[in-house]
Amino acid sequence: MKKQNALLTKLFTYTVFAGPVTLAFFTVIIIPFLYGLFLTFTNWDGVASNFAMVGFENYKTIFKDSGFIQSLKLTFKYVIFTVAITNAVSFSLAAILTSGTKGQNFFRAGFFTPNLIGGVALGYVWQFFFNNILTYMGKTIEIPTLQASFLSSPGQAFWALVMVAVWQYSGYMMIIYITGFLNVPKDVLEAASIDGAEGWTRVKHVIMPLIMPSFTISVFLTLQRTFMVYDVNLALTKGGPFKTTELISMYVYKKAFNERAYGIGQAQAVVLFIIVAIISITQVYLSKKKEVEA
Amino acid sequence: MNSSKKKITALSKLVILSTFFLLYLGPMLFVFLNSFKPNKEIILNPLTLTGYSGIQNYISAAEKMKYIAAFGNSLFITIISVGLIIFTSSMTAYLFCRKKWVINNLMFYGMIAAMILPFQALMIPLVSIYGGLLNVLNKWTLIYMYIGFGAPLAVFMYHGFIKGIPLELEEAAQIDGANSIQVFTKIIWPILKPTTFTIMILDVLWIWNDFLLPSLILIEAKDRTLPLSTFYFYGTYSVDLGLMMAGLVLIITPVLILYLFLQKYILEGVVQGAIK
Repeated sequence: MKKQNALLTKLFTYTVFAGPVTLAFFTVIIIPFLYGLFLTFTNWDGVASNFAMVGFENYKTIFKDSGFIQSLKLTFKYVIFTVAITNAVSFSLAAILTSGTKGQNFFRAGFFTPNLIGGVALGYVWQFFFNNILTYMGKTIEIPTLQASFLSSPGQAFWALVMVAVWQYSGYMMIIYITGFLNVPKDVLEAASIDGAEGWTRVKHVIMPLIMPSFTISVFLTLQRTFMVYDVNLALTKGGPFKTTELISMYVYKKAFNERAYGIGQAQAVVLFIIVAIISITQVYLSKKKEVEA
Repeated sequence: MNSSKKKITALSKLVILSTFFLLYLGPMLFVFLNSFKPNKEIILNPLTLTGYSGIQNYISAAEKMKYIAAFGNSLFITIISVGLIIFTSSMTAYLFCRKKWVINNLMFYGMIAAMILPFQALMIPLVSIYGGLLNVLNKWTLIYMYIGFGAPLAVFMYHGFIKGIPLELEEAAQIDGANSIQVFTKIIWPILKPTTFTIMILDVLWIWNDFLLPSLILIEAKDRTLPLSTFYFYGTYSVDLGLMMAGLVLIITPVLILYLFLQKYILEGVVQGAIK
């Protein structure tokens, strides 16, 4: 009897404190995730009330789907360039902005600004810049490559997308690197100077190892965001011209909601999730190994 | 010799920074400049302020994109969602921290593990469950989903903070006869302020600017948030550049004003959120 009461109290306490979060977590994340896995074994079109179980057919289909493979390759290329350039730019900015330059707070705040603005608005701002400003400059100062918009050329639209992503994320990553730089103990730096480590040597052998945690975080965040980008892609290029900038998120979205292939679309989403999870976990594991104690 | 070398380094740093800075703000400055010009003038020359037409573009852009309504929707959804995330997550984290029940540990680690799930892996089932099966695509469902998506990180951050609060404080209150809800609201909640503020900043920026989830859930035009109305506005009026530029400025400005006042806190909050 007493035991039962204790259990009831426990249940009551749990419901009061954690009830709403538990409910939302299960109905918004766990159940949809499991239901999503179930969908990948069906041929449901999102409308019909009856559908058939198709086993692993959807998974087989997507690896034969050249459009999916194409988009996945494109996304990999996009991720590699964006992550590399973003981290190089933000690391350099952070290095300059922690070396005692005039107005460094102003610059820090300014470089962060793009992160406050939603992807759709950012995409349109840059669309105007590529379509009107750059082309006009190209015509006025007669630079042929600038005269046609980057966004309408199959080769260049991809780089426009990379450029905007670097612009969007590097301010954010810069803030993280700045925190890393500020955490490097002063006495270590002085000791390094006395030992004759200056300039690039100092950055490479003294500072870099000490700010590995910032690297881990920044690379992780840029990886996650660039793999999953959708709104900037939609606003800036809509995947065009000729699908040369259709990144994987947009591909999955179209497969599910435009072609009404829910089963195949979800199977692609699951494959994507597994790829991103494996890459992120490997990256965190590898760079954690390189972290040292100050 | 040494001091002149230092001056040159300082100067070259400033030049590099300023160049980058111009590249950073350039696109936005051009949008601002052209938002005061009629379409014809923008096409003729987008680099100067020729044919200045006052705030005419702003008036018609605000009207055509139903700015006030969209702003209201964004504000409503953001405030209610963030408020509920903070309220429910702080209580959950407190329970998980103070009572080491099996179910608490399971839920806590389950939520941490779920943080790696990208939204894209859930969007199709979410639409089929809430749209197809339940048919409840509206702003309340959206707010509810934000609690589901926002809670794991918030619980995790609160948990990390509450762990460091000494138990003696609560025990003293309990001796004075306070029950667990009173202990939470009177003793714990005030101490949580810095974490609450960080979570608020992160979630406000996320929800205010979110596009994909609301685009799937808010199917009625009257419910559209600012990012959604931008998207539909651009789709309809993209030929009138002056109108578009004014619309973009209208969308970007509210967050920038917030940033102007809370800059220090926003930068700190973002770092806190990333490091966790």
